[in-house]
Amino acid sequence: MFAFIVRRIIQAIVVMMIIGLIGFAVKNNLGDPVRDLLPISASEAERVALRDKLGLNDPFVTQYFRFLGQALKGDLGVSYFHSKPTIEVIAAKAPATLELVFATALIIVFISLPVGVYSAIFPKSWFSRITMGLSTVGVSMPVFLTAIVFIYIFGVELHWLPSYGRGETVNIYGWESGFFTIDGLKHLILPSIALSSIMLPLFIRLIRSEMMEVLETEYIKFAWAKGLHRKRIYLVHAFKNTLLPVVTVFGVEIGILFAFTILTETVFQWQGMGFMFLEAVERSDTALLVAYLVVVGAIFVVVNTVVDIIYGFINPMVRIAGTK
Amino acid sequence: MNAWLRFKDSYLFYSFKRDPVAIISFTLFFILLLVGLSAPVIAPHNTYDTSTFDIMDSELPPSWMDEGSQDFLFGTDIQGRDLFSTMLFGLRTSIIIGIGAVIFQAFFGVGIGLIAGYLGGRLDAFLMRVADIQFSFPYLIVAIIASAIFQVAFGVNRYEQLAIPLLIIIIGISEWPKYARTVRASVLGERNKEYVEAARVIGLNRRTIMLRHILPNTLTPVLVISTIQVPQAIMSEAALSFLGLGMPITQPSLGSLIRAGFEYIFSGSWWITFFPGILLVVFILVILLLGDWLRDVLNPRLYKG
Repeated sequence: MFAFIVRRIIQAIVVMMIIGLIGFAVKNNLGDPVRDLLPISASEAERVALRDKLGLNDPFVTQYFRFLGQALKGDLGVSYFHSKPTIEVIAAKAPATLELVFATALIIVFISLPVGVYSAIFPKSWFSRITMGLSTVGVSMPVFLTAIVFIYIFGVELHWLPSYGRGETVNIYGWESGFFTIDGLKHLILPSIALSSIMLPLFIRLIRSEMMEVLETEYIKFAWAKGLHRKRIYLVHAFKNTLLPVVTVFGVEIGILFAFTILTETVFQWQGMGFMFLEAVERSDTALLVAYLVVVGAIFVVVNTVVDIIYGFINPMVRIAGTK
Repeated sequence: MNAWLRFKDSYLFYSFKRDPVAIISFTLFFILLLVGLSAPVIAPHNTYDTSTFDIMDSELPPSWMDEGSQDFLFGTDIQGRDLFSTMLFGLRTSIIIGIGAVIFQAFFGVGIGLIAGYLGGRLDAFLMRVADIQFSFPYLIVAIIASAIFQVAFGVNRYEQLAIPLLIIIIGISEWPKYARTVRASVLGERNKEYVEAARVIGLNRRTIMLRHILPNTLTPVLVISTIQVPQAIMSEAALSFLGLGMPITQPSLGSLIRAGFEYIFSGSWWITFFPGILLVVFILVILLLGDWLRDVLNPRLYKG
């Protein structure tokens, strides 16, 4: 087990170094700090002096390790547009994205579980049939299109809900939150429903097919034979065993959800990390782009590593499969 | 002629005839494919030629509405282009990029999977580790970041000129691990079968065995994944174009048309977004339904969920 954890952590470090290398290569080739720091009138001698001072004439490898060292200290450079350290810019935008993902995850859990279980128990009912049909259409509908349709119906035509921005936020220990104002919650409704629409069909189908499979097993038949109440069979015996694969998939899909926030944030002008990233691309703000790449990469690497190690504890097969 | 007869008697055609969903989706898919690819011939207006459209015609509603014009069936977009023709050209671009990206990733992924599975050893461990690591990042994040880097590197104008090949490469790179893993798994299953051993005994070299003997037997799963990968590639392209990282509005794909229309939705011009959106959803839906059917036919043991 110990060897497995060590191997997994070494792999995570190697991946982070590769992400750092990509980030550094982008930064090294696309941005010229000398041009950004000096006025146009600066002489050639001044430029050369500054290049030396910044260490830009050092070999690539030396510069790369300097970049890694700075990144470890949390210094990923200064955003040209915001003129603030990029880490601060990202940290200021992160709460918006996290709240959106959190609200979406809640919606997914509270809708897909009951609907999936219901359509597994009564697969022939009209409700289950409609749900299955809708979920096929839902899979083929890109999230940004769903979002636009919502904006058009509820924002432009009906004027029921606000369709852009985060609304009023409260500052709680430096965390700008929209969860505690009516206005903030209203702004959250459309984006989170639109974002959940991409995952709902998948989860309803998954829960339904897992549950249907469990309902066919011997121990459920035994439970029926024992004369247990149907609520107990469905909700305790069957449902519990449906959950394990669902939780596994949920962990993976949250990561994908994060990717889709970029699209949702663009449509709703939600001031989160994805929106900031696209602004950085439009403004050619290389430092911010690189910082985003490194931060997002680090989040995924850390989450994947932790999840793998937890699996290693639960399921010994994973540990052995990694050994050669 | 002989091949046609064999096809007519096959199980594939038999189950196709019995499945109305498959027939409808195949017909629609075929029509859309044909219409999309022949857009330059059948579109009523050439939307790539700036001299043919007039800014005075901009934002006209569809022809059946009050202010609509008979010339423009689905109305016009903000630059005064006929929306119907633009959609046909957009569909064409989406098809080219979607299928191109899948061919690219299949070529890349199948090659790597074949080599890793057949040769095994260190190379296999290394290639599969790379695939696993890339797999742990969502494909869309990889595609978005890659296209962002390309766009900053090339500059917006140059990127727009090269958009089609670049998008094929970007989407291809972000999805190859799926093919590599699947092919490797089936190669591992085939590698020790008797026919491979026989081929080895008669002294064929490794390349011939891999390409002529093992590869054909791994193609069914490749075909099955492709029915999921093509719509996914088309969606990725639409998503990238919607974010402004894909096709420019001068040679729009369906995604960039939706993006362009979205800017005017608040002023009530719903049709610029609506029609391309419907076309995109229908196209993806048909391919998915066709894929579902094909998967059931090719793999009857598979549990239908």
